[in-house]
Amino acid sequence: MNIDAIQNGIVIDHITAGRGMRIYELLRLDALDASVAIIKNAVSHRTGKKDIIKIDSDISIDFDVLGFVDPGVTVNIIRNGELVEKRRIDMPERLVNVIRCKNPRCITSVERSIDHVFKLTDRKNKVYRCLYCETKVSQ
Amino acid sequence: MKRSVIDILDLSTEEIEELIATAQDIIERPAGYARACAGKKLATLFFEPSTRTRLSFEAAMYELGGNVLSVTDAATSSASKGESVADTARTVSCYADIIAMRHPKEGAALVAANAASIPVINAGDGGHCHPTQTMADLLTIRREKGAFSGLTIGLCGDLKFGRTVHSLINAMARYPDNRFVLISPEELKLPSYVKKDVLRERGIPYDQTTDLEAALPRLDVLYMTRVQRERFFNEEDYLRLKDSYILDAAKLRAAKKDLCVMHPLPRVNEIAADVDADPRACYFKQVLNGKYMRMALIMKLLKEAAQ
Repeated sequence: MNIDAIQNGIVIDHITAGRGMRIYELLRLDALDASVAIIKNAVSHRTGKKDIIKIDSDISIDFDVLGFVDPGVTVNIIRNGELVEKRRIDMPERLVNVIRCKNPRCITSVERSIDHVFKLTDRKNKVYRCLYCETKVSQ
Repeated sequence: MKRSVIDILDLSTEEIEELIATAQDIIERPAGYARACAGKKLATLFFEPSTRTRLSFEAAMYELGGNVLSVTDAATSSASKGESVADTARTVSCYADIIAMRHPKEGAALVAANAASIPVINAGDGGHCHPTQTMADLLTIRREKGAFSGLTIGLCGDLKFGRTVHSLINAMARYPDNRFVLISPEELKLPSYVKKDVLRERGIPYDQTTDLEAALPRLDVLYMTRVQRERFFNEEDYLRLKDSYILDAAKLRAAKKDLCVMHPLPRVNEIAADVDADPRACYFKQVLNGKYMRMALIMKLLKEAAQ
């Protein structure tokens, strides 16, 4: 399968197989007016299978979303057809407006204009808790 | 510098000791504190029904020589017009020097603290935290048992939604050689994250049981709680569980002579009236201790805000 090489844009590589669409949705790439390719179940020497997203546009993306959904992904920044930066994304300490608290008793369910903030409380088990009510979210 | 207290863990063990020392000094010489907060105003913002906590804060401020501004019912406040907690906190910051706030939503006090320019004390945010109740509990344990370590502490009733229980476990888990006995119906067991993050993480021994009478003889402290109607979405569940445990004088015969029976109050049926005359009944002492600790906390936060 051939996907044209990107001149200026971003390649999100080493996505855990099956998580590509979730990242696509959370990064709101559907709203982007540029070519975006999602490659599912590509061959990975490291894990057997992986997903890849190629974005043919030099946009800024929310690394926190990537770190939350799939820590360990690699972001490659391409300019003029050359790889200029390669970043491995780790879990962020805080998530701001990436996910929403689902606890109906949480103040975020009624208070307008406040950020939905989650803090990383257990890195080993990938557990985040709502800053306000401490409701747990884990991947 | 402005500082708020949302969770009991916002206070270090050293600060707890400092507050207890202040409270004990207030008990010994109350006249020395009669003008400690003269010219200062406490705003009590209660968006959820409460009698004792609000009165306790207000009594505390009056005994320190300060004044009180009070919102006792959300139905009479701007919140009923749709004002946000943050805006209420900003507005009240213009009138008062310190806020004590109760709100049915978890995390509301943190939102208020982030928005206010004055200190905010969480007087209960839904089923989440109630730090000044825990301060009352700690002073009671210190006065009755003399120490915070080497105790077997029984927690009985609604351990799932009981914010006072979670706060007390968090507070007592910081001291050595304590053991917890968790007594509840299956449906109201302590949340697994409290067991995992607080107890197992620190290697603190605990037992879970549904049998109060079997657990009673080994306890140094028994903390009874009410099954709270307002925490249930389903009335049937509440009715089924509300009278799961009733402590009475007959059951207390099997307990240690120096047991300390506590309850954050109000009680409904979970402690029979025949326990009240027993010297081991400490729940009304707890109420009084709460006022002293709130006095100590108000003074501390106002002093820090002025620095």
